Amino acid sequence: MEQRDVVIIGGGPAGLSAARRLSELGIAATVLEREQQAGGAPRHCGHLGFGWESHRRIWTGPRFAERLRTDSANLDLRTGHTVLGIDGNVLRVLNQRGISEMAAGKIILATGTRETPRSARLVGGSRPRGVMTTGALQAHVYLQNFKPFERPVIIGSEWVSFSAILTCRHIGVRPVAMIEAKDRISAPRPGGLLARLIYGVPVWTGTRLIAIDGRTGVEAVEIERHGRHARIACDGVIFTGEWAPEAALLVNRPKVTLAGNVHGDLKTSGACWREGRAIAEQVARGQA
Amino acid sequence: MQRGFDIAVIGGGVVGLAILRRFAMSGLSCVLLERGADILSGASKGNSGLLHTGFDAPAGSLELACIRAGYAEYIDIRGRLNLPLVKSSALVVAWSEEERTKLAGIVAKAHANGVEDVRPVESDELRRLEPRLSPAAKAAVLVPGEHIIDPWSAPLAYAHQALAHGAVILRDAEVTGGEFAQGAWRLASKAGPVSARAVINAAGNFGDLVEAIARPPPFTITPRRGQFVVFDKPASQLVTAIILPVPSDRTKGVVLFRTAYGNLAIGPTAEDVPEREVAATDTATLERLKARALEMAPSLSGIGVSAIYAGLRPATEHKDYVIEALPGRSWITVGGIRSTGLTASLGIARHVAGLYASHFGALPSQPDPIWTPVPNLTEERPRPYMQGGEIACHCERVTRGEIERALEGPLPAGDLGGLRRRTRAMMGRCQGFSCSAHVEKLFREKTRGAA
Ligand SMILES: Cc1cc2nc3c(=O)[nH]c(=O)nc-3n(C[C@H](O)[C@H](O)[C@H](O)COP(=O)(O)OP(=O)(O)OC[C@H]3O[C@@H](n4cnc5c(N)ncnc54)[C@H](O)[C@@H]3O)c2cc1C
Ligand SMILES: Cc1cc2nc3c(=O)[nH]c(=O)nc-3n(C[C@H](O)[C@H](O)[C@H](O)COP(=O)(O)OP(=O)(O)OC[C@H]3O[C@@H](n4cnc5c(N)ncnc54)[C@H](O)[C@@H]3O)c2cc1C
Repeated sequence: MEQRDVVIIGGGPAGLSAARRLSELGIAATVLEREQQAGGAPRHCGHLGFGWESHRRIWTGPRFAERLRTDSANLDLRTGHTVLGIDGNVLRVLNQRGISEMAAGKIILATGTRETPRSARLVGGSRPRGVMTTGALQAHVYLQNFKPFERPVIIGSEWVSFSAILTCRHIGVRPVAMIEAKDRISAPRPGGLLARLIYGVPVWTGTRLIAIDGRTGVEAVEIERHGRHARIACDGVIFTGEWAPEAALLVNRPKVTLAGNVHGDLKTSGACWREGRAIAEQVARGQA
Repeated sequence: MQRGFDIAVIGGGVVGLAILRRFAMSGLSCVLLERGADILSGASKGNSGLLHTGFDAPAGSLELACIRAGYAEYIDIRGRLNLPLVKSSALVVAWSEEERTKLAGIVAKAHANGVEDVRPVESDELRRLEPRLSPAAKAAVLVPGEHIIDPWSAPLAYAHQALAHGAVILRDAEVTGGEFAQGAWRLASKAGPVSARAVINAAGNFGDLVEAIARPPPFTITPRRGQFVVFDKPASQLVTAIILPVPSDRTKGVVLFRTAYGNLAIGPTAEDVPEREVAATDTATLERLKARALEMAPSLSGIGVSAIYAGLRPATEHKDYVIEALPGRSWITVGGIRSTGLTASLGIARHVAGLYASHFGALPSQPDPIWTPVPNLTEERPRPYMQGGEIACHCERVTRGEIERALEGPLPAGDLGGLRRRTRAMMGRCQGFSCSAHVEKLFREKTRGAA
């Protein structure tokens, strides 16, 4: 069985910065990343807003991810490697050639987070095409150049919900509305104003999504607003936020150190990058 | 379509496909016409995936006979078609004293139906069998033969075997009318006219509408909707058996069961709906289902929901299946296969072949069957990822190769839903957060166009 001192699961900003910092401190770490390319979520965030904390630049996500990969050029970074399970200090790893085991002195889990999809929110209705999360929308738009709809509604008003608006604008798509169940928007203060004034997207707080309607594609959503039901014509639904950590590997409660967004809520990529470094330093000092 | 066929089957659900397979394997020339962009567009796309013994089926019914025959044939052929069988057994659980009094009757009925290994289970044994079930469970009836299968791969395997025996499957081919003249049918369909010496109506929730082509329909379909909530994979560790309710006069109740793909699900509800095609869910019902699952297995709390879905049972005003031959019209009606068709389909196919032989002519001698194993989607048998490869859908561990193969061959996925059902891509806990754009790209590349 292959033995490694430190294994980092996940090659996003947190995992890659941890690996790089460990190597600066003279500790060899192996990064296992399930995608064919490292970089994590920023790979599909095509808008500006990345790189300031780490490189004192303002880049798009893909540019930032590319820079993280360059920074990792001399590290033991293995893409196309999925960790299937952790048992004690042994990892079950899948790659092109099959499944093998790897023993690790120390395991850092940096598998990130994902948005809660429609199903887990128990939103009823039919199952037409054109219902997706922001992350999936970004991958459609920035990685594949697809335009999945023209007039979607956006569910949620977190920080990432504005990312959904930006992504829509990038392909000339005008969201019908941003819908928030709470009485005020979740993102920091100027968010709602921004959406309305700059992007021309109406923000409806105190509004609940009841159901999605449509045969092949989305035709409308049913909403409840101030106790009244209404049907809003649209051709897509974007579920934003309500972050759920990518924590499937924690089922057997293995001894691992968490880094980055796998903790739960969404932090900025810069914050995750910094946290990866901090965790690396703790590991190097034998404190984590 | 120029050629005339011996048999035209209307409807590519599990029942139509099993019938197509049976006739094609008997050496007749067969065509199947399906309205949807892919097979399994109707009732067969959203069921519980349980292989029933018939222990609770109406005594002496055709349904019971078809369930028993279908069950036996599935067990017999599944190895050669690479179809799974998760041997779970079922427990009919009494949650109240009143329900407990009904258990003896359930055992007696099962024995009368020929399912002899069914027996009562007292609370101690129940605790031992299902330690994670709520202590509110009082006693149960054990049905050792009830099992879990893959509701999509089975009909897909029947389709492939029929194709290997020369059958033709037409999709986007809704039958819109037909004429019977000189002992043959000429059907009008969205894919053009099709001629056949005999027609089999297996149109599921549209069965009565299709029947009107041949005669005033002797039944009316009122689709009965069933909604489900599916929990994430760790939940499948919590129960082993299929947990059935004691049926009451009011309701059949919902079932807590593992799926062949390693999840735990609860459902189905039973609601009469006017809609024949779109199986919609509603939040209030989903919340009730979820709450009920937590009552039954309290350790479910904290485990997330990965999927929600609904299916439409082709229910009629009759209790039993409506399967009959119209000798004067060269037509066989296969209607109202409401809630047991996944299990019974192979048995129904045998019964229909028997009707054909006695009314329309002997079946040619059977050539050696060609076996067409299908890709396995369940953890019960080896899955492709275990041999290595590039993973496209991480939650369900679907390889890129599996997706590419599902888009090729004699029956490539007709739409994204069909691709999902052939591979499980995008069906896991993230519901496509990480993979949907990539899968869509693979789909577009193979089908060369926007879907
Ligand atoms: C839609 C969206 C918009 C955003 N916009 C911004 C923004 O404008 N500015 C900003 O600063 N931040 C933004 N963010 C947040 C930023 O992308 C994240 O904070 C950052 O990517 C988190 O880094 P991470 O390393 O913790 O996780 P991730 O970047 O999610 O990386 C986790 C990695 O782990 C891999 N992985 C998961 N499971 C396994 C396994 N079992 N085996 C192997 N590998 C595995 C994944 O493939 C992934 O590459 C946005 C995020 C999203 C989703
Ligand atoms: C919620 C639920 C749970 C169930 N659980 C189980 C279970 O656990 N075990 C079990 O054994 N069974 C179960 N069943 C029952 C089983 O799913 C059905 O009995 C079975 O799917 C019926 O198959 P079918 O082929 O008759 O109908 P369908 O699958 O509806 O097939 C009919 C096909 O005909 C097509 N069609 C309609 N009109 C036309 C036309 N004019 N021209 C061409 N094509 C047409 C439709 O598009 C459709 O694809 C369940 C059903 C439901 C809904």
